[in-house]
Amino acid sequence: MSATAVALPAPVVEMIGVRRFFPGPPEVQAIREVDLTIGPGEYLSIVGPSGSGKSTLLHLLGLLDNPTDGVYRLDGVDTMSLRERRRAVLRGERIGFVFQSFHLLDHRTVLENVALSMVYVGVPRKERMARARVALERVGLAHRMEFAPTTLSGGERQRVAIARALVAEPSLLLADEPTGNLDSANAEAILEVFDELHSEGMTLAVITHDDHVSRRAQRQVRIVDGTLQW
Amino acid sequence: MGLGQTAAGQITQRFDLAVATRVVVQPDDKGGQEGEAATQLPWDAPDRIKRLNGVDAAGTVSNLQIGDDLVQNVTGLDTGAGKALQVMAGSAGLWDAVRAVLQTGRFFDAGHDQRADKVVVLGKHAAERLGINRVDSQPAVFIGDEPYTVIGILDSVSGRAELNDAVIMPNGAAREAYNLQSPDAVEIRTAVGAAQLIAEQAPIAIEPNNPSTLVVDAPPKQGAVRKGVEGDLNALFLLLGAVALLVGGLGIANVTLLSVLERISEIGLRRALGAARRHIAVQFLVESVIVGFLGGLLGTAVGVILTVAVSWIRDWTPILDNRLAFGSPLLGAFIGLVAGTYPAWKASAIQPITALRGT
Repeated sequence: MSATAVALPAPVVEMIGVRRFFPGPPEVQAIREVDLTIGPGEYLSIVGPSGSGKSTLLHLLGLLDNPTDGVYRLDGVDTMSLRERRRAVLRGERIGFVFQSFHLLDHRTVLENVALSMVYVGVPRKERMARARVALERVGLAHRMEFAPTTLSGGERQRVAIARALVAEPSLLLADEPTGNLDSANAEAILEVFDELHSEGMTLAVITHDDHVSRRAQRQVRIVDGTLQW
Repeated sequence: MGLGQTAAGQITQRFDLAVATRVVVQPDDKGGQEGEAATQLPWDAPDRIKRLNGVDAAGTVSNLQIGDDLVQNVTGLDTGAGKALQVMAGSAGLWDAVRAVLQTGRFFDAGHDQRADKVVVLGKHAAERLGINRVDSQPAVFIGDEPYTVIGILDSVSGRAELNDAVIMPNGAAREAYNLQSPDAVEIRTAVGAAQLIAEQAPIAIEPNNPSTLVVDAPPKQGAVRKGVEGDLNALFLLLGAVALLVGGLGIANVTLLSVLERISEIGLRRALGAARRHIAVQFLVESVIVGFLGGLLGTAVGVILTVAVSWIRDWTPILDNRLAFGSPLLGAFIGLVAGTYPAWKASAIQPITALRGT
């Protein structure tokens, strides 16, 4: 089934000869030469030890950072030529983030946290709330909507973060060590949510150092010293 | 503190009774030819003035040109003290007009004046310089070669401070010894509130044919005093207000800056969710404007309550400007806007990667 995904004509992510250097001294070559294509509906994991450049790759994929050179097309849009303002819009519309440390706003309810991701995309308030409810039901948190994130368990918080990432209907779900702060039971629950999303056709890229998490993906890529290895 | 004292001093000065009731009439220097006065004050000017309703006292005062004559005490030793002493002449009414108070002895009166008695009253500092502190032994001072009996020593005068440093003789003696042609000025003490009126009438009473040749030195009008006091107070409170606004603005800026630092990860998250730099800046600007507006609202409320409370306790009439009450929250919002600009710019400049790193 991997063959069909790669063969699709319009990939979600298309990176060609992407490099990212951080000016020194000493100059750090975080990403040396990366060619990466992620087709629609693909479930990809990027594994690597710490310091291998996987965080930098995530930032590049998520449009949070600019490559030093190379080509990066997201949904066929050449992101290299975009101005910061357009990149922010593209980021809000096409990419959903799931972070290791959840990044929920403590003083807002779960529902508001989820609805927040549609604020900058320009969805009207009423629709935001309705869609946030649906997304929370989807991750099994219908009973926690009015709770403060601080009262939830780690697993529940990460599911809130996933709901937030999904609710704006992104083309690509980017997860950075999504199970890093969770015990094995909660981690398993999160991975099951990912499996489910994959079966529903969502494109996922999970970045991790954990082989167990990585093996759940349909395709695995290893990153070592800023270069990808298959 | 300094401001308060300054304002208090300023206001006290404006309400000084001595200043408010003092009128001085003298010939216009510019009116005559070759720098001479256009007119001479008549000797009976004080009598003419005293007929006016509202004049409590009036007297002439003149500086005498004594040439090379020295003022010396009875020992005849030249101590050098006499050189700085001014010799002046006055009418009997002068003392009351300048509210003179004696240390010891007596003032000269109309009798001394008419007889041209060679008597003097010493100003406070003049007496100290001449080493004379009592008059019961009838001490004498020499002006040139002429001896004058000291009959009194002044303790204080108001208005014409040079009397403190002077040796003052009656007009009669001055006419005889120094050929004084006419008085230099008339000092008038009016009833409270009459100074303005007297200032208008005095030149006509003294010089009915040519009142414009006299100049009158009078206290400012009541309205002017009031305006002046209001101006002083307004300046004071505007200054205090400006300081408070500055402090408040810095406070808002500081708090907003702290909240930016505290919420770096929130900023990162919002950027990741598609917020542009502009959105982040606007968010923090709006927050600081709201803080400023609420601060202005609260400050106005507290200010109104305090004003009314203080007025009630002290039996004052509270005066509140509606425009001020409604304008203050807006001013607060404006201060918030200004104070929030830098923190908002700081927040918008935070890179999402740095913001998302860490916890």
